[in-house]
This record gives sequence, structure tokens and C-alpha cells, in this order.
Amino acid sequence: MSSFPDPMTPPDAQGMYDPRDEHDACGMGFVAHIKGQRSHGVISRALALLDNLAHRGAEGCDPCTGDGSGVLIQLPHYFMARAFGDRRVALGEPGTYGIGMVFLPQAESARTTAERLIERIATEEGLRTLGWRDVPVDETAPGETALRTLPFVRQIALAAADGPTLLHGRALERRLYIVRRRVEQAARAASLSGVYMPSCSTRTLIYKGMLKPEQLPRFYPDLVDPDLASALALVHSRFSTNTFPAWPLAHPYRMICHNGEINTLRGNLVWTRVREECAASGLFGDDLARLFPVVADGQSDSACFDNVLEFMVAGGVPLVQAVMMMIPEAWDNDKRMDPDRRAFYEYQSAAMEPWDGPAAIAFTDGVRIGATLDRNGLRPARYAVTHDDLVILSSEAGALPLRADDVRTKGRLAPGRMLLVDTAKGRIVDDEELKAEVVGRRPYAEWVATGRTTLADLPAPVTTPAPLDLAAEYRTFGYTAEERRVVLAPMGASGEEPIGSMGNDTPLAVLADRPPLLFRYFKQLFAQVTNPAIDPIREELVMSLAVTLGRRRNVLDDGGGPLPQIRLARPLLDDDELARIVALGDTGPHRVVRLPMHWSAAGGGPALAAALDELCTRAADAVRAGATLLVLSDRGSDDALAPIPSLLATGAVHHHLLRERIRSEASLLVETGEAREVAHVALLVGYGASAVNPYLALATVSVGADDPAAARAHYLKAVAKGLLKILSKMGISTVQSYCGAQIFESVGLARDVIARYFTGTAARLGGVGLDVIAAETLARRDAVTDGEYAYRALGEHHAWNPRTIAALQRAARDGDATTYDEFADAANADSAAHTLRGLLEFVPTTPVPLDEVESAAAIVRRFSTGAMSFGSLGKEAHETLAAAMNRIGGRSNTGEGGEDRARFGTERMSAIKQVASGRFGVTTEYLVNARELQIKIAQGAKPGEGGQLPGHKVDETIAATRFATPGVSLISPPPHHDIYSIEDLKQLIFDLKNVNPAAAISVKLVAEAGVGTVAAGVAKAHADRIVIAGESGGTGASPLSSIKYAGVPWEMGLAEAHQTLVLNGLRTRVRLETDGQLKTGRDVVIAALLGAEEFGFSTAPLIAVGCVMMRKCHLNTCPVGIATQDPVLRAKFTGTPEQIINYFFLVAEDARRIMAALGVRTFDELIGRTDLVHQRTDSSHPKANTLDLAPLLHRPAVDGPRYCVVGQEHGLHDATVLDHVLLERARPALEHGEAVRCSFPVGTANRALGAMLSGEIARRHGHDGLPDDTIRVELAGSVGQSFGAFAARGLTLTLRGEANDYVGKGLSGGRLIVKPPRGVRFIPEDTILIGNTALYGATAGEAYIHGVAGERFAVRNSGASAVVEGVGDHGCEYMTGGTVVVLGRTGRNFAAGMSGGIAVVYDDDNTFADRCNQALVSLERLDDGDDRTRITALVQMHADLTGSGRARQLLRRWTTALPRFVKVIPREYKQVLLRRSGQTEAARG
Amino acid sequence: MGDVTGFLKLARADPAKRPVAERLADWREFTRPMAETALEEQGARCMDCGVPFCQGDTGCPVQNVIPDWNDLVFRGRWREALDALHATNNFPEFTGRLCPAPCETACVLGIIDRPVSIRAIEQAIVDRGFAEGWIMPRPPARETGARIAVVGSGPAGLAAAQQLRRMGHAVTVFERDDRVGGLLRYGIPDFKMEKSVLDRRVDQMAAEGVVFRTGVAVGTDIAGRALRESFDAVILATGAPVARELAVPGRTLDGIYPAMTFLAAQNRVTADGAPTPISAHGKDVVIIGGGDTGSDCLGTSHRQGARSVAQFELLPEPPGARAPHTPWPLWPMQLRTSHAHEEGGRREWSVATTGFTGTDGRVTHLHGVRLAWNGRESAPVAGSEFTMPCDLVLLAMGFTGAESDACVALDVPLTPRSVASASPDGVTPVPGVFAAGDVRRGASLIVWAIREGRDAASSVSRYLASRG
Repeated sequence: MSSFPDPMTPPDAQGMYDPRDEHDACGMGFVAHIKGQRSHGVISRALALLDNLAHRGAEGCDPCTGDGSGVLIQLPHYFMARAFGDRRVALGEPGTYGIGMVFLPQAESARTTAERLIERIATEEGLRTLGWRDVPVDETAPGETALRTLPFVRQIALAAADGPTLLHGRALERRLYIVRRRVEQAARAASLSGVYMPSCSTRTLIYKGMLKPEQLPRFYPDLVDPDLASALALVHSRFSTNTFPAWPLAHPYRMICHNGEINTLRGNLVWTRVREECAASGLFGDDLARLFPVVADGQSDSACFDNVLEFMVAGGVPLVQAVMMMIPEAWDNDKRMDPDRRAFYEYQSAAMEPWDGPAAIAFTDGVRIGATLDRNGLRPARYAVTHDDLVILSSEAGALPLRADDVRTKGRLAPGRMLLVDTAKGRIVDDEELKAEVVGRRPYAEWVATGRTTLADLPAPVTTPAPLDLAAEYRTFGYTAEERRVVLAPMGASGEEPIGSMGNDTPLAVLADRPPLLFRYFKQLFAQVTNPAIDPIREELVMSLAVTLGRRRNVLDDGGGPLPQIRLARPLLDDDELARIVALGDTGPHRVVRLPMHWSAAGGGPALAAALDELCTRAADAVRAGATLLVLSDRGSDDALAPIPSLLATGAVHHHLLRERIRSEASLLVETGEAREVAHVALLVGYGASAVNPYLALATVSVGADDPAAARAHYLKAVAKGLLKILSKMGISTVQSYCGAQIFESVGLARDVIARYFTGTAARLGGVGLDVIAAETLARRDAVTDGEYAYRALGEHHAWNPRTIAALQRAARDGDATTYDEFADAANADSAAHTLRGLLEFVPTTPVPLDEVESAAAIVRRFSTGAMSFGSLGKEAHETLAAAMNRIGGRSNTGEGGEDRARFGTERMSAIKQVASGRFGVTTEYLVNARELQIKIAQGAKPGEGGQLPGHKVDETIAATRFATPGVSLISPPPHHDIYSIEDLKQLIFDLKNVNPAAAISVKLVAEAGVGTVAAGVAKAHADRIVIAGESGGTGASPLSSIKYAGVPWEMGLAEAHQTLVLNGLRTRVRLETDGQLKTGRDVVIAALLGAEEFGFSTAPLIAVGCVMMRKCHLNTCPVGIATQDPVLRAKFTGTPEQIINYFFLVAEDARRIMAALGVRTFDELIGRTDLVHQRTDSSHPKANTLDLAPLLHRPAVDGPRYCVVGQEHGLHDATVLDHVLLERARPALEHGEAVRCSFPVGTANRALGAMLSGEIARRHGHDGLPDDTIRVELAGSVGQSFGAFAARGLTLTLRGEANDYVGKGLSGGRLIVKPPRGVRFIPEDTILIGNTALYGATAGEAYIHGVAGERFAVRNSGASAVVEGVGDHGCEYMTGGTVVVLGRTGRNFAAGMSGGIAVVYDDDNTFADRCNQALVSLERLDDGDDRTRITALVQMHADLTGSGRARQLLRRWTTALPRFVKVIPREYKQVLLRRSGQTEAARG
Repeated sequence: MGDVTGFLKLARADPAKRPVAERLADWREFTRPMAETALEEQGARCMDCGVPFCQGDTGCPVQNVIPDWNDLVFRGRWREALDALHATNNFPEFTGRLCPAPCETACVLGIIDRPVSIRAIEQAIVDRGFAEGWIMPRPPARETGARIAVVGSGPAGLAAAQQLRRMGHAVTVFERDDRVGGLLRYGIPDFKMEKSVLDRRVDQMAAEGVVFRTGVAVGTDIAGRALRESFDAVILATGAPVARELAVPGRTLDGIYPAMTFLAAQNRVTADGAPTPISAHGKDVVIIGGGDTGSDCLGTSHRQGARSVAQFELLPEPPGARAPHTPWPLWPMQLRTSHAHEEGGRREWSVATTGFTGTDGRVTHLHGVRLAWNGRESAPVAGSEFTMPCDLVLLAMGFTGAESDACVALDVPLTPRSVASASPDGVTPVPGVFAAGDVRRGASLIVWAIREGRDAASSVSRYLASRG
């Protein structure tokens, strides 16, 4: 291992690794005494809680080193007075002094320098150093890696220099804040590494470090000192995606702990800088500028959040208000919200955009402690209040064991809700009261009504723009006929984004043959693992496209009254709307200035650069002269006066205004003929435009439309929908947070172009400069030829073209090396000018004889075929792939959609069983019939998006394998609802490993900037294999903008993942696989050199069996019978396993020949050997030489193997895995079907309870399992996550206690009963009992929950029956089958995306309809027929098994209760049922 | 695009042929135009392939954007279809009638069904364009002042000339024959393409400003040097008319003619009404060679009133369907039966002609032997020798290369394959001299000639630009 120069920070950016991509997530919690009673018990309980959250954290390559943990407590005056008193330092009264916790360099001279620096700054700020204290530490506690960067820990005591009467309390607290901020800046300026102050406050003190939870109190003996007392203690255990956990990165920060991820961070940081421009506070006086930047570079998202919160609070914003401003609820679409509260949020949105992402944040100022969830509520936060006034909040229920009769109440934080313990007031303040107090401080509603203008308020424009000469405009903006036909026409006609199939095989913009638009040089980033994508359709209530135009407000002072703002419903303007705005002119509160985006074509690149400079100058001048709205316009461009690429102009002006620090003064609008695709608009908004008027696209869709106005409206609707999708795939809910967030990476633009115009964007390989951008803009005028979406002889290059397809098919048929060489030569020649790998060439080496090289038969075992579902492929094609791969020892992949049970155990069984977000067909039996279980996080063609299989495609067979109803649509959610974070992934891996311990677990990711750190996190979550998919792959339907604009080539992702894993010592634990348009032996060898052990192929083997790249997979019309379910077409399938086998052996032989030439005998020796290639200098592509591929070839200076030699330790044999005991006890049942019964106490460490036993049941007895109740297990306590996951039939688990998230995940026939402990003193029917996302993907079985469940109860249930007392938001989401009975209240958005099954809700107060998403379902009374019988039986069963009081009560007055039950039934499902019963009737008749 | 399931619902239809008796009685084209609605329906069969092999390297040589115009025809947007067609092909009316349509043998639908009727659609688009008056002269907006000579007025020369003229260059086409058109004029029988089709296109070109000088042979009537001095660039497009010979005893007897001599003679008759010196009327005709030229001879012989016609082919009879060694999308080795074969005559395979005998210097008998083929090798079958009476023998065994005159005059060397030495885009070793069509490529399809003419025009354009 190398050592890093600065122990406080991760390694420097190198190769493909960039430290700014790091993420973290974790477990957190607090213990607080409501009345503010300080005690050591609060701290020791918090530490115990922390210890129980250990499994949510992570360890790196060194199992003794954690990612970090820490505790924040109230400044313990007594303890401090004693400790400093020992050193003859008198501290004075509480509130008159502050303690700084300081990490210092170990080297004495550096340490002294740092200490002097701190003292000097303190003096300058009018403080005096009372003294220093060495904090005792036990160096035997931390792990080896942590020790290597161990800081010297000291505490400094500071007080006012001129006496405590002048400066104490809040004022002193503020001064300490300034000191700490200045120390940070000064240390950075002086390059003084290793200086960090975890806390510096009169009120709080933080002990933290690169420690595992149990190491924390051992390392800091202070923490176990009984004198150390506090009324509150906030704790956190960290799981970072990366293993460069550094000491400062541990939580808590000064005011918060955070579990989750801030997806919008890039934008928030930009706007934080902007806010500095207009921030002012009397409290800071002249000090303000010295605090800037508020957020220093290179910190984690949580630290940035903390910095801003702290700044606001120090600047006078009340704590709760500041949190509400940073993490607003979803107010925009919530018409039922209190109008004052809505007004508050709207008013504050002019000062602060949401810090958006899955977040549970606990915050404290040392007196009050609270927690809030973001609008999506994707992180768990459960709490309990005891009779002795303690509040315990934590990521897991039961993390701090309590006696049942101690508990007064229990609860969970719901999405957007807040909880506050005010120790000064001695009480808990709930969400309503807290927020009502904040919104009542000012007349926000009045101010908003006065200040806000909407488009409808503006007068209609007098003049309309002159009609466009379309032919000339098309030439100017390089519109092709294909764009008009394929992209724009469908948008204008139907308001939908156009769909395509089979991914992308055209080159990156920088390697394209045709002149691309500048937009093409950018790729969208998307969420994977560390944060979930959102479903913008089914969870629309949290989304908002609204934008506000006008000046920004001082974030520190909202007392300024109405602020003139124009509010747009979406960042799109049609011509009329823009004209209304422009007509405002430059007088009045909104001053509009229009700036032309033109440049003199004749002058080429230099003229373009000059024009950009001029544009920026004019923009800045206009803003200084008072403009509040700048309209950048390329109207009136022609051959001589060319349009500046709109993205370039937007980025240039945005960044120029930022640098000039006048960005807050004005909003940018872009009026452009250039933007036409969804991705173009997204890019303009992402680089700072508040709204876009795509006038030429609007004019185009109008041509020939029956109703041109409707066509324009459709087009804008399609763009808006597409934008929502792009936001949501990053997990961002509001366009306000997306604006300027630059959620893109660039591939192929020169670094100086990026630095100047797109500052901060990742652009790792360099590329073309302004000269080429200028030339391409002009060249597109003549680019009438198309061929971007479908091959055209005179169009853009496609890797799969008539020559390569035909040659591959011949080679596969003949198995002939000569024909294969024809194919490989053609493919490699194409590749040489059009792919990154093609730009690499082998370094001449001493060859070895071919017969000494590892055999082809061994190499083909490293091959797999891609995840193409049965459903996307026809039966014949799917089984042909499986048979071929099984015969050669490779692996085929089921894809998402289950597998016919008849294939289990035969040659036609897929070795890889995929587990995707829809969980279709994922039964326990399915999982045990696998060599590998693959968790698909993302797919190349549409990362971060869900999918939908329309009902008409769900035939009998597909429905059977997916456990669905024929004719009913199946929706795959964008995220896995049990993976919202890295620790969730760790849990799912553990669950699957329990079910099938013999299977390797793989996790599939898509290449994008930052995938390396994600891969490191995945490795730490114990995946056995990580797949890095290129952007190019993907069968099936996907929006064209996703196919073209999301993800990067595998070369980049693989190199990044490999380098990052090597760098942090995790590479030896996991195997890396890559896929994405692999074709030849050369491709395989290059992928190995860049770091892959294994290789996935999808398109090539399909072509081998006859695919001709029709790209019609989404239409079910595949003429060669591959991607279709139509029996007529399937009959035309002529492929055989031999063709695939031939192809793979030819590829392997090809690879062997290259290995021989490279002098490498075994495949493992190839892996990571980037020294065997260099970038070629003779590429025939004119732009190739602008790329610098050195980062791809970087080899981190780390010793040891660079491929998987160690493997993972899954912890399956830990004592916490209760299933080992269960298996032993259940043996008579498993072997002879005898009934068995046993009971155990449980705790939160007992996770995935029942999964391993269920796997064994399924292995022996299949999906049908054992007779019900054969194995009965009684449990007591607070059980860990995934209780009863994949429970098989015959297993009954009865839990008396409470459960956490993912109860009954994948339930496959088992029976789960959860009830509160005996002797509780709260009302079970109204109290939270189980966590979020219960029964996710359940296919069969029963669950009886005597309490309330969290969010997303029975999400994607397809067959289980359940009874529950109440549920949180999004209940029964995406459900496709089964029955759910809710005896009490539901949260919002019930039944969203529910396409099958029925839910029955007891609606006592007639309010359910408002909380139900009725897009797909209708609400009915329970009829007298089968439903009523079934529901009665279920409720009776529930009463019997759980003793539910409410169930008994209802049953007692059943006939009066029944009419109050609302039946929720999907309309489509009902139709299908009616049709079927009609058929049955007919058959009977 | 189009009707996504059109190919499942609709069967292929081809233009109807006139009844044999009727068409043998005149020289008019043998097909009947298809109804517009039928063609629109055929357009719906196009699957709008992600990879349209009709466009690929085994498909259409002029890279016609076939899926695009199929779709436009399906939608009844004929005029836009015409624009799309003309964007890649100067003369779709020629290829629509005469092309063997490698686009169709490469059509993806051909894997599972009969391919899309691409050629019929192509022809219909352009014929409708002429009928509607959409096809007007498109003279250049401005003159460049550059002068270009095109030598030869076959499809390659014409395509080059039209492209260059439309770029604004002054273009003169030299044709040694009395009329413009080359092979199109005198090689193609009217029943395949009536000459009015050629004339209307030549008229358009003349109206665009192309100057045609007929009866001028380069190297004879005008020196190569003079040509190069008076023009900024010269395109050599003189074809590959040298016919393959049959070196057997009796070849010099009267009554034995190269096919082109026979076909040209009839074309002059059709054009001018003058009597032909070589008529098949009342004769027993033998055509040696089983290709397209042989088929043209067959049709012509029948129309002239031959008593009998036999067609001999050296190679064995190809399979009825695509031969396994020429899988889709390759040009298939398979038995082709042309319209002429439907009109009569007999075809024999694996026959070698060993000699001719005659009386009074005129051929009376053909002597032949049957061959046994083993792979690429053949051997005479013992005892299979035969003699048959005949009084007209037409040699249609293909072409061996370019005539040297014009090449020599312009200093362009010939390759060992007897074609002008030039790069695929027509650049010869002589600066300012380019070559296009059969003269460079060897005898090939009209569609290739058009492509080469267009490519050479682009090369000329680049050359002129490089000279400044």
C-alpha cells in the first residue's frame, strides 16, 4: 500500500480516479433526554446504539479499520472543567468559553505551527487561548490503515480576550465558528496538512475518527468516563463507497449526521457560491467575506450540507427554518398543504434550491436535537419515547433494546417530516407545530402574492416573430431529415419521447464521422447504488419542474418583503410565452435584455472565441446595468452569421457571471433553434439556463400537423416528461436543484474548453477545442445525411453494419477461422477509428509459442451472455443462448423476467439469475437454481430508468414465469426498492447469499464518471463480481435520449473501477466483468488489460443466431424470430447453440493468438497489464489525436496481484446467522416432512432470518415447498432487516417484538406473523411495527402484521396475502397480484403503478380516496362474492394469529364494518378478470 | 416508419408483364406499370430495418436511401420520395428498369419471405415524377468557370456530367457514336427500356447546360493532349466493350456475331426504321452465354421472328434457390429466369462449343460437347459430343475490358485486367484525368456506372478545389 501525503484526505486524482466522486451512507441515531437532564447514561446508550448499527457501516481492505464513526454530545462542562483543571486551566462558566476539538499532525514541528496558527487566529478574533489538553487516545484500538493516518488529538479552550461579559453565548459561538472557518482556510492556504477541527463550540463537542463503532469508546477513553455527561448524543456509523476513509470524513459534523446522499450537490455548490454574492447579516458585520467560500472544495456532501446549515444558523436563520429551506417537503404539487406553508416554501425557493437526495438528517445546536427525512423518505428513521423521557431515534428500530413496558410511544419519520426534541423547553415538538411556528414568522403568503408573476399575468404580445424559412433554418442548425422524422415527429404527434432498441453502436461524438452537435460531447450522469433513481410517473407528487426567474434573495435575511419573481411551471417557453417576457422590456421590476448568440462564420475558431468573449462582456455589462433576465438568442442566424452552439454560449455566460460574482442578479433564458432533443434542453438547464425556447423544433412539429398548436404543446409535453426522467434518474426531484448542477460528464472536449466554459465538468480524456467546434457547427449545414438511429450507407458509422453482421453470421455458421478473420478484421478496422479501445495498440513484445497459451476451452468459461429477459427474447432464442453457454461452461443470464421452472436443472437453465427492480419471477426456487445471482443496478441503454411491459405482451407463458396475470401490464420501478444506499445493497447481497450460499453475487453497474468509487463500495458490500457495462449495450426499448446521452464506454468505466479497486486494496476480493459491444478477441484482450477478468456479450451472440439489428425489439416484429413473442415470427428462428459456440471459440482462439504475440501464457497474467498497450498515433480519425488516453492506462503504484485472488468473506458463518440453528432443528421437516417447532430470542443483528432455511426448502422441495406450518419458529425481540426474506412455503415465522425494513422480501409461500411484545403500553394498531418496503416482490405466502408498516408496504407484490393495521406512503406500489388488507390509515400515493391484485382498505373517516393514486385503479365497494369471503377469512385469520384488537372489533360488527371497506382494483386487471370469468362461464355453458 | 407489421400482412407483388404474344409483336417495354395504391402497399412491406442491407456493401451500389423512399411512397408522399431518390441516383428510370437489383437480394425481408419490390417502387417514383412534370432542368445557380470534358455518354459519363454541371462547371460530353447514351442507347433493347426514357433525361441535361458532341472519338477526332489543354479536367467513361472471344474452329464463318453487334443493329432499326443486316427472322439461332446479354439476344431474336432459339451456358445449371455458398445478403448464385426465357427458346447448361462448320462461308452447324463439373473443374463427358444445325450464332460470353484508344490518348495506363488504372473514386495517375464506370471497373452494372460517375465528379470537384 502506498501512503498518502495528507492523512486528512483521500488520494489525489490520478488516472480515472477522482476523489470528488466519493459517496457515503450509513447508520445513525441519537439519544436525548427530553427535559435536558445531562447524564453519562445518555452517552453510553448512544454508544450502545452505535455499536448495534455496526453492520450498516463498512470496513475497507483492512477489516480492522472502519469507514468512520463518531458521537456529538453537549459540551460537558463538569468533565471539561476537571480535565482542564488538571492542567491548571480554569475554564469559567458554561457559555463563556468554547472547546475546540482539533486533529493535528503527529510531527511535532508541524503540530506546533498549527497550534500557533489557531491561537493567532483566535487572538485576531478577539479570543484568548485558555489552554490546550492532549486528548487521551488508545492507539491499540484503531485498525492498521487508520493508524497510518492517525492524527494527534488535542482540545483547545478559548474565551473572550476582554472578558466573558462582552462575548458569550451565541455571540461567542458565532466567533468560534469564524475562528474555525478561518483556521480551515489558513491551513489550506499554508498547505498545512493534517489540521482539522471536528468541533469548536460553546455548546457541542465531537469525538470521531476512522474507527469502527466498537473502537470509538476504546480509542477515546474520555467517552467512558462517568463524568462525561450530556442530555443528548448523536451517533453515526459510516459506509463510504470508497476505501479512502479519512479521519475528518467521519460523522457527526458540527451540526448534523446524515444518512443518505445529496444528489444535487454539484448544483447546490454552484448556487452556494452565488448566494455569497448577496448574503448579508448584521450579525457577522464585516466578517462575512472572510467566511467565503462557505463551502471549501473537496468535501463530502454531508460536510457541505453541514457547512451551509452552520453558515445560515450562525447568520441568524433559525435552525428549523434553515433545515426546512434546505430540505423542503414536496410542496409544489401538494394542493392540500396549508397555504401559508406553501407560501413559505415558495418564498424561500428564491433563496435556496432543495438539497435533494435520499436523506435522513439528524441535526442539533446542542440544545435542540431533531431529525428530518427528505421528500422521498427513502432512508429509515424509527424512534421510541420512553417513560423516563428519553427519545431514541435510529436508522433501525430496536438498535437500543428497551423493555416493552418502558416505551411510551414509537414512531417513524415519514417523508418530508421533522421531529424535534427541545431540551430547553423540555418537550418534543412535532412536525405540524414546528413548521407552523416557522411559517408564521412572516407574512409569506402576502409577499408571494405581491411579488409573483406568472405567464398568464403577462399581456399577450403585440407582434409575432416573422415566420421562419425552414429550409434555411435547417441548414443553419444542421437539422437532418432523420431527426425530424425519428425524433421530432413522434414528440409532436403523441407527446411521448421516441423509443429505440438495441442500444448505441455509433461512435462517441469525438470519434464520429459526421459533425455532431456540441450537445453530443456530453453524457448524463445517473444514480447507481449510492442513491436511488425516482419514478417520475408513479411518484410524480414529489417532482417539480417549476422555475423562478429574477434576482436571488439574501439567504440570511427573509425580512425583505415581496420579491419580484416570474414563476414558470416548467423550464420551457413557447414562442408566445417568450414574447410576453421579452415585452417586459428593460424598465420595471423585471428588466429583460436580449443578447444575440452569433459569430462570424468566416473567422472560424478564433472568431468564435472572440464572439464568446464579447457575449460574456455584454452579459456582465447588462447585469451591472440592472438586467434581471438575459435572453440569449440565436434567431436571425444565417450562413455568414452562424449561431454559437447554444450550450457553449450558455455555459460561457453562466460561468462568466459566476466568476464576476454577479450571477445572483439575473436569470438566463435561451432562445435557440439548435436545441431539439430532450437531452439538449436538459444540458442547457444543467449549465445554467432557467428556461429554453426551442423555436425551430416548435416550428418543425407544426409543419403538416392537423393542429399545429396541439403539436407544439405535445412537443413541449414530451420534453417536459423527458426532463423529469433525466432528473429522476439522478434521483433529483426538482428542476430548481438541477439547474446549473452540471450533472454531466464530457467525453471528447479539450480541457481548456471545459475549464473556461463548463468549469468543473469531468472531462477525463481531453478532446477537441473551439476550432473543431466551430468547424463542426458549420459542417453540419451540409450534413443532410442521417444514419444516427438506423444505419445509412452515407450516414454515421455504425459498428454493426451490413459487412460486420454478414461476416459474423457466416463465421458462426461455418465455424471457420478464415471467415471469422474476415469479420474480425472488419470489426477491428471499424473500431480503430471509432472506439477508445481501437485507439490503443499493442506494444511489441517477445512472443511465446501459441501452444503454451491457456486453451480456448478455458478462456470461453470467462464469457457470459447478456441479461436479456425471456419476454424481450422469444423462448427459442433464450433457450438457445442458455444451452450454448452451459455446454462451454460459460454463463447465460435470465435477464429480468424469471425462468420457466421446466428449465431448472436442464441444459436450458440460465446460470445467472438476474434480480432486477421488478423482481419478476424471483422466487426462492429461482434463486437456488443459479450459479450466479446478479443484481442489476443499471443497464447500459437506459441507466436509472424503469420499464414497462405492456399488457398485450404478457401472454400466458410470460405471465406464468413472471408470476403475473396474462394481459396485465408489468412495471419495473426505476430503483430497487430495497437499495436506496450502499448499506442496503450490502443487505441484499447478504439476503441472496443466505438463500443460495453457493452462488456468486454480482452487481451490474454502468460506466460513468464516478463508477470506480461506486464499485469500491460494492466490493465492500461483499459482491463477488462487479459488472461494468458500457453505455452502448441494451436490447429492448429505451428512450432515444437515454440511448444516446447516458453513460460512457466500458473502457472508461472499467479502467476507473479497476484502478480505484487496486488503489484501495479491494481488487483482489472481486472479479470484474465488462460488456458493451465486445466483438473480437482483440476486444477481449484489451478489456483484460484494462482490468477485466470476465466478458459479457449480448449483441454478437444474437447476431450469430440470426439477429440482423432490425432495432424493432420494442415492436414485437422481429422478423428473424429472436426478439418477439409472436409464434408466427418465432417459427422463423433458425439459430442453434452451435453457432454461438463456434463464435465464442473463434473469439477465444483469436484472443489466444494475441496473448501469444504479447508473450502472455495465462489469462490472469493479462489482467490490468496496461503496459502492454499504448495509444496509437496513426488513427485515421482526424479527431482521435486530440484525445489523451493516458488516464485509461494509468497503473496505481500499488504492489500485489491486480485480479481476484482472495474473494469475499460474507459473514455467513457468523453467530448472528440464526438459520444455521434453524436448519439443524428443521432437519426432520426437510428430510421427512415432520412438523417441527422452536423458539429463539432475536436482536437487530439477526438479519435475513429464515432466508437460508428457505433456500434449503426450495432446493429440496421446489417452489411448492412443504405443507403450511410444517416448520414453526417463534421469535421474540427487535429483529434485524429482511426478516423472513424469501420465506418458503411450509415455514411460519412468528415474531413478538418489532421488525425493521424489508420484512418478507421476496416471500415465496411462507407465513409471517409480527406482533408487538406482551405488556406494551401503547396502542399497537396505531404504532409502527415493521419498517419500509415489506413484501417487496413477494410471489406467494401470507403476512399478518399487528401494527403499522412503513412506506411502500407490499411494493411489487405479485401473489402474497397480507393484513396490516396501517401503512405509510406508496402502499401497494407496482403491485401486480395478491391481496392486501389494511385495517387502518394509509399514507399518500397508495396504489401508484398498481396493475394487478386487490387491496382492501378500512376507510373509517372517508378520506382514503385523497391518499390513493387513482391513475390505474378504481375504488369500489366490496361485493358480496368471492372477495368478501376471502377478506373475511383473512381478517379472521389475522385476529386469530395476532390477537389484533381492531380486527376483533371489526369482526364483532362485521356487517356494519364491511361497507366501510374500500376495494382498490386496477382497471386493467379487472377487465382481464371479467374476460376470464366470461370465458369460464362460456366454457361451462 | 411505415406500417410495422406490413410485411406480415402483405405479399410481394411485381409489375404485371404483358402477355407473351402481345409483347413479342412489338418492341415496347414488356411490363405494365403498377397501380399507385398497389405500390403504396408494397412500400408498406419495407420493415425500416435498423441495418438496411439494401443499402449495404452487398446492396445498392448508389446507396439509394431505400427505406426512406419506401416509407414516403407508403404514405403517398411521392414528390418527397422522388427527392430522396434523386439525392443518390441521377437516373432511377434506368436502374428501375434495368438493374438486377442487388438491393432486393440483400433485403432483410428476403431472409424469411420474398423481398420488398424495391425496383418497381423506384421506377414508379421516377416515372411519376416525369409524368407529373416534377422533374425539371436544374441548371446551376452560378457558373464556376471550370471546363470539364466527359468522354463517353454511357451511364457513368452521363452521371458525372450531370453532377458536375449542377456544381456550375461547363461540361462537354464527347460521344463517338451518332447518338448519346452508349450502352443504354445501343446495347439495351427497347423492350427493356424504351429510348424515350433515355431521351427525356438527355434533354433535361441539355437544358441544364451540358453540351453533347456526338460523332467525336477521342484519340481519333480529337487528340488527348488537345482535350487536356482545353479542359480543366477530363473524365474517361468509355466503358468496357471488348467482348470475350470464342476461339474455336469456324468462328470466322458468316452468321456468327458478337451479341452487341446484333443488339445495336436492332436498336438502330427501332430508332430509325432502317432494315437490319443481321435479322434472326426465320432462323435457327444459338446464343452462346447464359447471362443478361444472352437474355437480351433471346428476346430480340424472338421479336425478329426466329424459327428456334437455343441458349448454351458453359457452367452447370444453378440451383433453383440461393446456393449455400452465397448466403444472404450476398448476391445469390441461383437460377434466374428472365422475361425473355418466358417467351420461348431452350436453355442448356454445361455445354461447351467446340467449333462451327458451314457452307459458302456461312455457318450451318454448331459442334459441342457436354461438360461434367466437379467444383470449379470441368471435363468433357465422353460420348456426349453433338452437332446441331443453326444459321445465326450470337456470342454473349461477357466482356474482357476497355478499348485502349481513349486511354492511350489520355496517357492513362491500362491495368493487367485491361481497364483504366484509377483509384475507386476515379483518380488516375494523370493529373486532371479521371476514369469512371466500366472503363475503370470492367463490365458491370449500370448502377455501378452511375455510382462511379458520381464519385468521379466528386473527385473532380476536390481536384478543382485543390488547384484553387
